[in-house]
Amino acid sequence: MKKLMTGNEAIARGAYEAGVKFASAYAGTPSTEILENIALYKEIKAEWAPNEKVALESVCGASIAGARSLAAMKHVGVNVAADALFTYSYQGVTGGTVLITADEPGQHSSQNEQDNRNYGPFAKIPVLEPSNSQECLDMVKTAFEISEKYDTIVLIRMTTRVCHSKSIVECSDRLDIPLKKYEKNGPKYLTLPSFSRKNRVKVEERLNRLEDFSNETELNRIEDNKSNIGVIASGGAYHYGKEVFGDEASYLKIGFSFPYPDKLIKNFSEKVEKIYVIEENDPIMENTVKKLGIECHGKDIFPSYGELTPDVLRKALYGKAADTIDYNKDLVVGRPPTLCAGCPHRGFFYEIAKRKDVAISGDIGCYALGASEPYNAMDFNLCMGGAFSTAHGAQQVFDMNVDENKRVVGVLGDSTFFHTGINGLFNVVYNKSKAISVILDNRITGMTGHQENPGSGYTLQGDPTEMIDIESLVRACGVKNIRVVDPNNLADMKETLDWAVGLDEASVIITRWPCALKKFSKEDKEEFGDLFTSKYKIDFEKCIGCKKCIKTGCPAISFDKASKKSFIDILQCVGCGVCSQVCPVEAIERVEM
Amino acid sequence: METKSILLVGVGGQGTILASKLLTTGLMEAGYDVKMSEIHGMSQRGGSVSSQVRYGKQVQSPVIELGGADILVSFEKMEALRWLEYLKPQGKVVVNDFKILPMPALSGKEEYSEKILEELSSKVETKIIDAGKEALKLGNAKVMNVILLGSTIKMMELTDIDWNKIIEDNVKPGFVDINKTALEAGMKLV
Ligand SMILES: Cc1ncc(C[n+]2csc(CCOP(=O)(O)OP(=O)(O)O)c2C)c(N)n1
Ligand code: SF4
Ligand code: SF4
Repeated sequence: MKKLMTGNEAIARGAYEAGVKFASAYAGTPSTEILENIALYKEIKAEWAPNEKVALESVCGASIAGARSLAAMKHVGVNVAADALFTYSYQGVTGGTVLITADEPGQHSSQNEQDNRNYGPFAKIPVLEPSNSQECLDMVKTAFEISEKYDTIVLIRMTTRVCHSKSIVECSDRLDIPLKKYEKNGPKYLTLPSFSRKNRVKVEERLNRLEDFSNETELNRIEDNKSNIGVIASGGAYHYGKEVFGDEASYLKIGFSFPYPDKLIKNFSEKVEKIYVIEENDPIMENTVKKLGIECHGKDIFPSYGELTPDVLRKALYGKAADTIDYNKDLVVGRPPTLCAGCPHRGFFYEIAKRKDVAISGDIGCYALGASEPYNAMDFNLCMGGAFSTAHGAQQVFDMNVDENKRVVGVLGDSTFFHTGINGLFNVVYNKSKAISVILDNRITGMTGHQENPGSGYTLQGDPTEMIDIESLVRACGVKNIRVVDPNNLADMKETLDWAVGLDEASVIITRWPCALKKFSKEDKEEFGDLFTSKYKIDFEKCIGCKKCIKTGCPAISFDKASKKSFIDILQCVGCGVCSQVCPVEAIERVEM
Repeated sequence: METKSILLVGVGGQGTILASKLLTTGLMEAGYDVKMSEIHGMSQRGGSVSSQVRYGKQVQSPVIELGGADILVSFEKMEALRWLEYLKPQGKVVVNDFKILPMPALSGKEEYSEKILEELSSKVETKIIDAGKEALKLGNAKVMNVILLGSTIKMMELTDIDWNKIIEDNVKPGFVDINKTALEAGMKLV
């Protein structure tokens, strides 16, 4: 059956066809849809883990117990999971184990551009690089065979375009792969140094055998077009190269990129005169080619960062891309992302933005938009779950300096708190700083498209489950000062911030209101009542054009320069009521629908 | 056949995703090789979005390069101008006469120019359609996307494909009829 699929859907289909029985992930663009699609196959137990390390560890456990298992995460997620990865590499597998990394050349929605192919040589594990959706599907199946044959976890490196582009895929049936029989095997699975030293030797032998495989497998192939120009390319960049060179070049298409196919590269270099290595991000293949004593062009002409789309390649090769239309670009107004109309983070940022006595330590989530206009309410943020720890460190140092009378406020979301944010809170309490920790609990993992999490009451596959209570957790951490507040009530929000800043010790503020785009659960409706069912409108007669409501940053409100009045788009307004609380003349009124 | 490139752009929430899904499915069933690229990022509503569709005998890159699109279909005026660099100089624009104010314009910091359609028409072959008005005539503002799809299909001479069947297979039963009508209406607008 032929179907158009994204790379992520094809990975999911591949997992299904490969007989995978267990899969786990933590959401992260551009990998998120892999598990969302695996979850649709009832034959597979598919789970959201609280973070990537837990996802990979669960997958390792499932493999040890005998099932083909798969973990998926965005590139930075692999850093979180790396501790498990490096040692599981020594242990090998029982049921086949595959880790998908989704890298982001171009950083469409990521904080860095690390090239996770580097994890291949670093963790000494094989790396596969699909170029399109069909290869995603096929390579997952091949990866499981490699995993079981060579007794190793296998890394599949995707990139944003491979994840999110659709192309035509041929599907087949699910393989019947029974669970392997569990046998206790200490020397393989216990990390005592005496065992690990022996496994370390095995890893080296394994790499040698995998290198032979790399030279023989059809995943690495020469397309000989009898040309003087040779292109060595992998992943999405292979298609970009073909778009630009067409049949004017011969190709060495690399699908199995670590260990490198040395012999094949030498063989290819004898067929051509000039070699271009086209790879996104780091010069990994390029360095391999050079190490073999073969001359080639790579990062000397192509950029080391960003995507190598055909226009980028053309510019690098020929000095210019295709002709474009010249027009007046000054007419174009930017469309930066904004907190949605009715976003429960708005009330918090509106209030904290007014305070000059705080430094705000942010995190990764929709609330990172608190850094932009009109709030400008974030001083720094680092990585997922880092808000409370960086706040703690900064507070300890500010307290050494009597002139720097700053309170540091760490801010993160519910999903981020469960991810690794809670560890930072342990540190605040244990090492006794007076940092203020704010958890913006919008009852879901918002930014990546509304995934359930340990606090939301449902699993990935839709089963109701225990709803882990953040307030009780915080109390159990030993925090004495805790307040839970409705962020849409600005007076309460302000008073709570005053209270926290007024204390000379640590406190935790939990704002609790669901994300405006969430599909509300039965529990949400019980707790929060009729969510977002009213609208607000501005009485033109009363509006004095002071623009105070505009400063809430709600995209449903606009300012009409001609009439000098504000205006609410009734289609966009979801009735959170925040704007009505800032109007000095009570011109914004609620309308029941 | 040379690979053709259709660039659909708009603002998050305008339904470019359904339009490109119908388009790519139709092209695949008609026997073309098809690739499509979309960047999904942050879940918030209201950002600039694009669906890049390429079809032909054998398609390599799923992304349209600068100066590479045969047609630029814009669901919102400003977006047409933002993405115009991706159009071939001899390419065509279909633009919906529809305005969604971005934050800098909402807050009055920047001006949303009234000269966008003028600028487009002076630089390139431009068809201006009012899909919003047409959708209201059909009684559902949401079918604006399928009206624009209808115009695209007509402009790219793809009317031979059985689009009614594609709609039947891919749209919820209750919405099949209105989408068929919308597609037809869109074809008539250009
Ligand atoms: C290590 C790591 N994993 C995953 C991500 C992707 N990611 C970015 S924001 C986000 C969700 C944040 O959810 P939450 O803290 O609940 O905040 P919300 O977006 O709902 O406001 C995720 C998973 C990341 N940037 N880094
Ligand atoms: S998706 Fe939810 S949390 Fe994110 S900006 Fe929109 S309303 Fe706020
Ligand atoms: S009530 Fe005001 S702030 Fe809330 S969504 Fe409507 S316009 Fe925006």
